[in-house]
Amino acid sequence: MVERTPILNIVTHLILLAGLVMLLLPLWIVFVASTHDFRTVNTVPMPLWPGRHLIENYLFTWQQSDFGPKMLNSLVMAMGVTIGKIVIAALSAYSIVYFRYRLRMVFFWLIFITLMLPLEVRIVPTYAVAANALRPYQEILNLLGLSLVLPEWSLLNSYAGLILPLIATATGTFLYRQFFLTVPEELAEAAKMDGSGPLRFFWDILLPLSKTNMAALATIMFVYSWNQYLWPLLVVTDPSYGTAVMQLQRIVPGPLFGEPPRWHIAMAGTLIVMLPPLLVVIFMQRWFVRGLISQDK
Amino acid sequence: MSGKRVTFNQLWLAILLILPQMLLVFTFFYWPAGEALFWAFTLEPPFGGNLQWVGMQNFLTVFEDPLYWNSVQRSLLFGLSSTALAMLFGAVLALFVDRQLTGYKAFRFLYFWPYAVAAPAVGLAFRFIFAPEAGFISAINQWFPGLWNPALDGADAMVLIVVANAWSMIAYNFIFFLAGLQSIPRSLLEAGAMDGAGVLRRMRDIQLPLMAPTVFFLVVINITDSFVNSFGIVDITTGGGPSRATDLMVFKIYSDGFKGKDYSLAAAQSIVLMLLVVALTFIQFRYVERRIHYT
Repeated sequence: MVERTPILNIVTHLILLAGLVMLLLPLWIVFVASTHDFRTVNTVPMPLWPGRHLIENYLFTWQQSDFGPKMLNSLVMAMGVTIGKIVIAALSAYSIVYFRYRLRMVFFWLIFITLMLPLEVRIVPTYAVAANALRPYQEILNLLGLSLVLPEWSLLNSYAGLILPLIATATGTFLYRQFFLTVPEELAEAAKMDGSGPLRFFWDILLPLSKTNMAALATIMFVYSWNQYLWPLLVVTDPSYGTAVMQLQRIVPGPLFGEPPRWHIAMAGTLIVMLPPLLVVIFMQRWFVRGLISQDK
Repeated sequence: MSGKRVTFNQLWLAILLILPQMLLVFTFFYWPAGEALFWAFTLEPPFGGNLQWVGMQNFLTVFEDPLYWNSVQRSLLFGLSSTALAMLFGAVLALFVDRQLTGYKAFRFLYFWPYAVAAPAVGLAFRFIFAPEAGFISAINQWFPGLWNPALDGADAMVLIVVANAWSMIAYNFIFFLAGLQSIPRSLLEAGAMDGAGVLRRMRDIQLPLMAPTVFFLVVINITDSFVNSFGIVDITTGGGPSRATDLMVFKIYSDGFKGKDYSLAAAQSIVLMLLVVALTFIQFRYVERRIHYT
């Protein structure tokens, strides 16, 4: 601005540095703790400088918690949710914005309302559906008096169970909708005049224009789904479908008597689990912030 | 809702495009929500058989239970205090980053990192940092033995989860406050400066009042998020204890429904929580419609 404020500038920098310490010190402590041996990590106060046991701690944690397959499961879940969301949200936003039909407003509101209740809030009823995802349709058939018997489709211990309920929200649909509404009318007009149908317009014109949107949506959905905890905890009982975040519950140094507080191992596990979304946020921050701010929560 | 002037009219295609989304939303949102509503008014007989309609009985059971009110009270304490902390720090950092002194971009970049960390990972990290026998805060116990122990003292446990949750939400608030600040026209600040208002005066009298819409929006989001995120933090750090001092609503629903297998009771609690969250969101939507634009 216009004036010179040397003292206030120093104060400003001090405040910003204090903020930095406050926000990043916990992450640093996790890292430092994961590089020491059992004895050092339990000294009070713990040293603030990394030790020499980084590699052995990480190798031990990785093998003990079986992180290889767990990380793979988390990746499958996160990619499944991300890709599913990008595709399904684009299709439904296209239908709502570029077609005119009577049920449009009804659909719009039906999707809109799902923004209100996050999965954690309606966890009990959603879990009941997961035992057989076709049950709602079976009960509707029963109500209608049709004696058609649908097969059972249990989502417990499956990737579908981890992924599908997380896609059933409105987040992405509104991101696309807002973007589609800003696309100039002339584009659709010109496309129609040149004889292109709705699918061709969608594929050749609208989707290439939505790339930034997709990047924004992809980053927020990846972080959101990788970090899911309560839902995987319920849906997965078979360890071979367990996710990395679920594994945190197992590496808490337990309150059980006689169990040594192996904090160095626990912190190594914490860092392994938090790293993939952290990397996404660090390297794609621009898109991430854009997606976060423009989603009409 | 504003639509497009130029539209396509293949109805079958429009339905086909929206069908996947509608099927998902119906199967995993509307049907379960409706069923929860149904369960909340019924009871399963102890020896099997059809559900019995019991009216408001489940709700009465819930509302007469002092443990339920305990969890409501704990949730509110947790939600309000972590919201206040996270918003205060987010706003202060945003105000000073917005001065755009040398290096502000680096701060803006680094401040955002905590947002990427999953709630249970935040829980585990803070459980270590605040552990009574190791980590950092334990130094207090060397000077004053037994002063700090979240495993035994309910107040300590609440402080632990509030700090953990506030820490993980600061980044989110910071980003939104910064976006709000950047939407304030620079000319307003320049006019203030010309009239002799200093930096702090401009923050107090120009920037803060103009951020009112952001503040309101963030209060609602933070409180809702504190209900949602709390599970991961509570489950890893305190497990609802000691003696239910951190038995928050979502955690109680989980332990009643999945550990205690009492679905009717859990469903009734879910309905109350759902209504609470919907009410919060409604207030926000009503407000967002009237959001003031300055550009």
